[in-house]
Amino acid sequence: MAQLLRRLGITGRTAVIAVPWVWLLLFFLIPFIIVLKISFADTRLGVPPYTPLLEWGQDGYVNFKMNVANYLFILKESLYLEAFLSSLKVAAVSTILCLLIGYPMAYGIARSDASWRNILLLLIILPFWTSFLVRVYAWIGLLRNNGLINNVLMGLHIIDEPIVMMQTDFAMYIGIVYSYLPFMILPLYSNLEKHDNTLLEAAVDLGATPFRAFLKITLPLSMPGIIAGSMLVFIPAVGEFVIPRLLGGPDSLMIGRVLWDEFFLNRNWPMASAVAIALLLVLVIPIMVFQRFQEQESSGAHR
Amino acid sequence: MNQRRSFFLLTMLVLGFAFLYIPILSVIAYSFNESRLVTVWGGFSTKWYAELFNDHQMLSGVWLSLRVATVTATGAVIIGTLAGLVLARFGKFRGRTTLAGMVTAPLVMPEVITGLSLLLLFVAFADFPLVPDQRGFSTIAIAHVTLTMSYVTVVVQSRLSTMDESLEEAAMDLGARPSKVFLVITLPIIAPAIVSGWLLAFTLSLDDLVITSFTAGPSTNTLPMMIFSKVRLGVTPEINALATLMVSVVAVFVVVAGILMARQEKARQRDAQMAAATAGALPPS
Repeated sequence: MAQLLRRLGITGRTAVIAVPWVWLLLFFLIPFIIVLKISFADTRLGVPPYTPLLEWGQDGYVNFKMNVANYLFILKESLYLEAFLSSLKVAAVSTILCLLIGYPMAYGIARSDASWRNILLLLIILPFWTSFLVRVYAWIGLLRNNGLINNVLMGLHIIDEPIVMMQTDFAMYIGIVYSYLPFMILPLYSNLEKHDNTLLEAAVDLGATPFRAFLKITLPLSMPGIIAGSMLVFIPAVGEFVIPRLLGGPDSLMIGRVLWDEFFLNRNWPMASAVAIALLLVLVIPIMVFQRFQEQESSGAHR
Repeated sequence: MNQRRSFFLLTMLVLGFAFLYIPILSVIAYSFNESRLVTVWGGFSTKWYAELFNDHQMLSGVWLSLRVATVTATGAVIIGTLAGLVLARFGKFRGRTTLAGMVTAPLVMPEVITGLSLLLLFVAFADFPLVPDQRGFSTIAIAHVTLTMSYVTVVVQSRLSTMDESLEEAAMDLGARPSKVFLVITLPIIAPAIVSGWLLAFTLSLDDLVITSFTAGPSTNTLPMMIFSKVRLGVTPEINALATLMVSVVAVFVVVAGILMARQEKARQRDAQMAAATAGALPPS
């Protein structure tokens, strides 16, 4: 048996490679081809709710029908363009906010005593282990008109009437920053932790202010961490659905929500597929940047 | 001047951790609130826990989610560990770049895309043999394995890349077969990574809403789907109780696992030091 397999060129090594390879091919790559295919279909009533691209005609020929109307619709209808633009804006602003909050935190953890470092790191990771949905839900209790924040502010007589925070862009930004902050902090920390402190000391000895030393040395050296963290926040945030749905306003236009509604409410599978393909095209460059970084990181650590 | 910097960093840490923990702590506090309203503190009560444990629909959702998560984590650990091993140890082979790309892409891919694409796959091949014709447990589990195996791969791969290859090479030189080297040498060393990979896959699966909504059949309701539909209608104290339970279980788990792993790591380092010391004591050959 073993010999037969070997003669066929199937060695243990190939088999080990094949398992994850085939799994991802089947369940990650091929599905995209199907999405692409269905994005060119037309919707119809029935199961499945889309028309086939290839069909045996009455005359014995194969009919090939490709419908580009979905894509034309995305380009023509300003709703989609607006949704794309506002998703990119929300994701970009959230990424910058995460960076502004996450960088000092990661730096603070990397600079703290070794005995504290692991505890602080565990505290960063712990919320990440608890349900994401529950954490988003927690903000509803805080931000509502009769929620904790308004109650405290009114109790202290800082405000007389509750501030409307729920179902606003503000709540949506809070939710996204809150949920994605650990994704920013962890890669930043693992970069900052490796820095050589003597470089900073040398710069200060040579007369640089600590701030200048930070700008000239720490910041450039931490660029890989900044890029990795930003991509980990930005890319999923563009397609975010749950947070805009639960915290954002009813008219908050996020492309993830548009796709969801197209699929679950309008039951227009081809249109949802076209939106998915368009979203993928928008994200292909950030994803490739992230992959190149990830590849460098894992092969760099290997040396 | 240096003090000013550390003061700034300390403030940011305190504020940042407050930001991360106040929402969770408030949920825990409200779960013991007698009153249904968030505005009023009606006194300490555990009645929402009682209500939760009498909600059979919710409990069946919990049970389904736990089963899916167990199957998912186990599958993801097997496939993800193989992928990590292949990427870290197998050198160059045809299709390596594709594999590396397929492993990292799910980490950042928006879930609406992954969910939609998997659903369309299941629908397109519904008539094929071996493909489940009913969407439900198995389709959710397949989707979750695909999502979570990447996390396992990253954890295992980074563990392997920090680990010394010479032990494995020595075993090979002494004539051990690759499968034996893996079982006897590699596996024990990457065991902590496998454990954390399993836990990570388990939590991610337990928590996932978007991909699950796409791949679940019409009659399947996992816990996150139930929470989502309840939360959409407003705040319910029952969810506070559920959230508190979930947070406490996770906290206990993570802390215990952290302590155990730290202890094991220490023991391993001590062993390595001992070995190095004994080797150093021997006369050079």
